[in-house]
Amino acid sequence: MDDTDRRLVTLLQDGIPVCERPFDTVAGQLGITVDDVLGRLQVLLDDRVLSRFGPLYNAERLGGTISLCAMQVEPGRFDEVAMLVNAHPEVAHNYEREHALNMWFVVATESPEQHSRVLESIGRDSGCRVYDMPKLQEYFLDLRLPA
Amino acid sequence: MNRAQAADAGHVTAAPDAVDRRIILATQAGLPLCERPWHALAEQLGMNAGTLMRRVQALQASGVIRRIAAVPNHYTLGYHANGMSVWDVPDEVVDDLGRRVGMLDFVSHCYRRPRYLPEWPYNLFAMVHGRTRSEVGDRVQQIATLLEGHDRCHDVLYSRRILKKTGLRLRE
Repeated sequence: MDDTDRRLVTLLQDGIPVCERPFDTVAGQLGITVDDVLGRLQVLLDDRVLSRFGPLYNAERLGGTISLCAMQVEPGRFDEVAMLVNAHPEVAHNYEREHALNMWFVVATESPEQHSRVLESIGRDSGCRVYDMPKLQEYFLDLRLPA
Repeated sequence: MNRAQAADAGHVTAAPDAVDRRIILATQAGLPLCERPWHALAEQLGMNAGTLMRRVQALQASGVIRRIAAVPNHYTLGYHANGMSVWDVPDEVVDDLGRRVGMLDFVSHCYRRPRYLPEWPYNLFAMVHGRTRSEVGDRVQQIATLLEGHDRCHDVLYSRRILKKTGLRLRE
């Protein structure tokens, strides 16, 4: 990653406009061509510096539910349980954390019924208690990291 | 939008109509990487590009889309330490404290969540990112200072591995 890549990552986290040629502004700010921007962006995605590029959707504004869930998984079964949790498309993120509750995942669904079904299925298939921790209040959400 | 406005923003919540749903399904894994991505997408969906862009702008205005942007992988960017700090603070003051913690620039998410007593006494969650654990630890200490006498107990859950990170996906 060179200096231009780092500046590109920082700029792209703030977002691009919805217009015919949305990469023109970023290219102008960096003094490179749009082709160069697109080439670099593809490499950043391929190298997993960026996990995604596109619209960032807010599940709750779609009438859905989003919840952080935690489980205590025996270390010997951890990878097996991670696979069955991750197999659900409703699981958006999953992290291993250092705590007795060692698996933390986000479940985003289009309805409360679907939410209950996914959590029941994960609890049944894993044999672990699922701690459902929906947010009761949001004080701040924004993740932008200087590259 | 500044941090205080973001916390207070209220939007109407509604299920997307059929056209919006097609747009979401086509873009939830990412946007086509080309000079005119909305035109490429419009062609793929058999829609007029102007209509598509107006739809996307409306989704953004209503808060369904936060922004059209890159999602960084914090590990590959050198942010190896990611600590979910969790706090037990009295319910009467959690909203006030949560807003103040959420205004700290190193806090990326800040929420109130339910407790599960006795094993999980924490009701305030603040995600703290840093290049090292010691940097995260210093920042958690700053939160403790801000909470003063209201911090009944807290913990920091460091991440060991990302097991999955795809973002929201609707079922087709």
